[in-house]
Amino acid sequence: MAETLSFLTMGLYFGATLLFLTFLLHRSDVLVKVAAFVAGAGFLAHTITLGMAIIATGQVPIMTFRDAMSFFAWGLVLVFLVVGLKRGLQVLGAFILPLAFLSLVSATLAPVEAGAISPVFQTVWVHVTLSILGTIGFAVAFVAGLMYLMQERLLKSKQFNVLNFKLPPLDFLDTLNQRSILFGFPLLTLGILTGAVSAQLTIGSYLSWNPEQVWALITWVFYFAVLMGRGTVGWRAKRAAYLTIVGFAGVILTFIGILMKSPQAIAHL
Amino acid sequence: MNIIVLGLNHRTAPVELRELLAISDSRMGEALGRLMAYPGIKESMYLGTCNRVEVYAVVEEGDWGFRKLEDFLVATHFSLSSKDLLPHLYRYSDEEAIAHLFRVSASLDSMVVGEPQILGQVKEAYDLALTHRSSGVILNKVVKKAISVGKSVRTNTRIGEYAVSVSYAAVELAKKVFSNLKQQVVLLVGAGEMGKLAAQHLVNHGVKEVLLTTRNQHRAFMLAERFQGQAVPYEQLRSTLPKADIVICATGAPHFVISKDDIERAVHQRRNRPIFLIDITVPRNIDPSVKDVDNAFVFDIDDLNAHVGNNQDERLKEAATAEKMVKGEVACMMAWVRGLEATPTIVALKRKAEDIKNTELEKVFHRLRELSEKDRGVIEGLASSIVNKLLHGPLVTLKAEAQSQNGFAFIEAARRFFELQERELNSLEASPQEFEVGDEAHEESLSQKDNQ
Repeated sequence: MAETLSFLTMGLYFGATLLFLTFLLHRSDVLVKVAAFVAGAGFLAHTITLGMAIIATGQVPIMTFRDAMSFFAWGLVLVFLVVGLKRGLQVLGAFILPLAFLSLVSATLAPVEAGAISPVFQTVWVHVTLSILGTIGFAVAFVAGLMYLMQERLLKSKQFNVLNFKLPPLDFLDTLNQRSILFGFPLLTLGILTGAVSAQLTIGSYLSWNPEQVWALITWVFYFAVLMGRGTVGWRAKRAAYLTIVGFAGVILTFIGILMKSPQAIAHL
Repeated sequence: MNIIVLGLNHRTAPVELRELLAISDSRMGEALGRLMAYPGIKESMYLGTCNRVEVYAVVEEGDWGFRKLEDFLVATHFSLSSKDLLPHLYRYSDEEAIAHLFRVSASLDSMVVGEPQILGQVKEAYDLALTHRSSGVILNKVVKKAISVGKSVRTNTRIGEYAVSVSYAAVELAKKVFSNLKQQVVLLVGAGEMGKLAAQHLVNHGVKEVLLTTRNQHRAFMLAERFQGQAVPYEQLRSTLPKADIVICATGAPHFVISKDDIERAVHQRRNRPIFLIDITVPRNIDPSVKDVDNAFVFDIDDLNAHVGNNQDERLKEAATAEKMVKGEVACMMAWVRGLEATPTIVALKRKAEDIKNTELEKVFHRLRELSEKDRGVIEGLASSIVNKLLHGPLVTLKAEAQSQNGFAFIEAARRFFELQERELNSLEASPQEFEVGDEAHEESLSQKDNQ
């Protein structure tokens, strides 16, 4: 049952992705309602899957890489449904849904037990949740940065096509970028702190310099610099967009670092 | 008698020169008074916009009139000499002058063809001429016609859509950079028609603040009043740029007013907040290399056209239709003007009287066949005497008054009293057949009156 539901979720996200991308490149606005509906259906299936897991195990399933990626995708789609549909920014779907779909796919490709951590202490659970929520913030910032660069390029090259028409205004994307980082950064900070505390409690040291931790720290420093740069030397607009895209690469490398912790995952890759 | 126009516009003269020739409304009375003081100038009108300065006049003799108008323009500003001015002036007389005015008010001579402001400006110029009593029979008729031609071109062709759509495109593009125009500051540089139109569109969308700057401080204040904005001294343009989110440039200057350096500095001071620039003029006022500055977005008139998908061919077709409409109206107007000459009016009047006399005599002789040659002679003499005596007064007055200031009013009055249509006046040159047809119709109407 759970298996069927996750496949259904993946199928619906894939369908929504295709519909949103078609919507992005066509003048007609009819598709977007269907696309949003399909995304909503996928989200419902996804929520039921999660709900069933919670009932079965008594907690949110985030303790394996696969579960964490699934939870991440769920959060992303939730952000889209709340922010995107409420503010009439259906176009966000064309970027968020593919990302959510790819997360689910990468989760499926990873072995079931990859990155699994035993929840010895409550802090581990908190650490994972906070980190995933922070990552959702950075993912939205990444999407906003991507859209910003696309729109910026279209305006600079004076291509007034359907994409230029559908993408939101630059200053909105810049604000979305900033707010997403402002949302994600404190969560990631707390995530790293609770992670360090858990590490101290389980293996007796705050930092063991494994790839996951190194990339997480680099990512944290990077986003800290991005936030500071905006306020002090005007790292906004185009530069902020570039920086958040680069920053998200750090996030992905951290994920890979998590996978590398389990040798069988590397063999699988 | 000639209708003449002497002037310069955005194609023939730089903005600096045009600005020197600008006459403010408050000084218009004095200026027109000075113009009308030249003895050979019967009527005059001054049309000044930021893209053109033109003096229309009705004068006794064309060449002499042009010289007087030159003197008048040179005298508008102390720093001007005729040497500076002459190479930029164009001169049209009679048919060409009327055609020019019609084309101007139909917005066919504008920098942006079809822009709507010019019609209002022609009206204002005419009102000022009326207020200061410099306009008379001829200009009244010609300018009113020009305004109605302008209106009909506007309603019957799609020439105006283009100008409106260009400023609409400016707003649409601004909305791709700024999500909320209500928080943006607009800076309007220069007072070009399209610039004002674009600014108006933005103001209609409720921008936060409008700043205005033009080389002519007085004009900046006038614009500030219109947009309820704030006039900024032209020298402070560079220091004002960082404050502006949207810059509309329409100065009509033949060189770049805003350089790449200016924008780099502005964006730096704005801490990379985007700045959106619209360059609505030809030649361009904003250095096109500004597009290489990050977070600066510059669009010129071609880009705006591309955004609307304006079709050049279609626009030319609309303009051609408008030109045709103007041409037709010019022909009608010329016929009327020609009729205002004293001589053809007098000839036409005499001829009409003669014709009436002859037809009436023929009718009488047809009924009274028994009359002798002598009786006929007496009756003919009587008729001639009545006609001549009746016409004597009007003809003498016409000849005497034709040269006076109000001459055209007398001629026009005579034409109306005696029902001398343009057709009859021109028929002096036209085919005699047409003349006869007209007369038969006339006779019919007279005999109908007799029957009553």
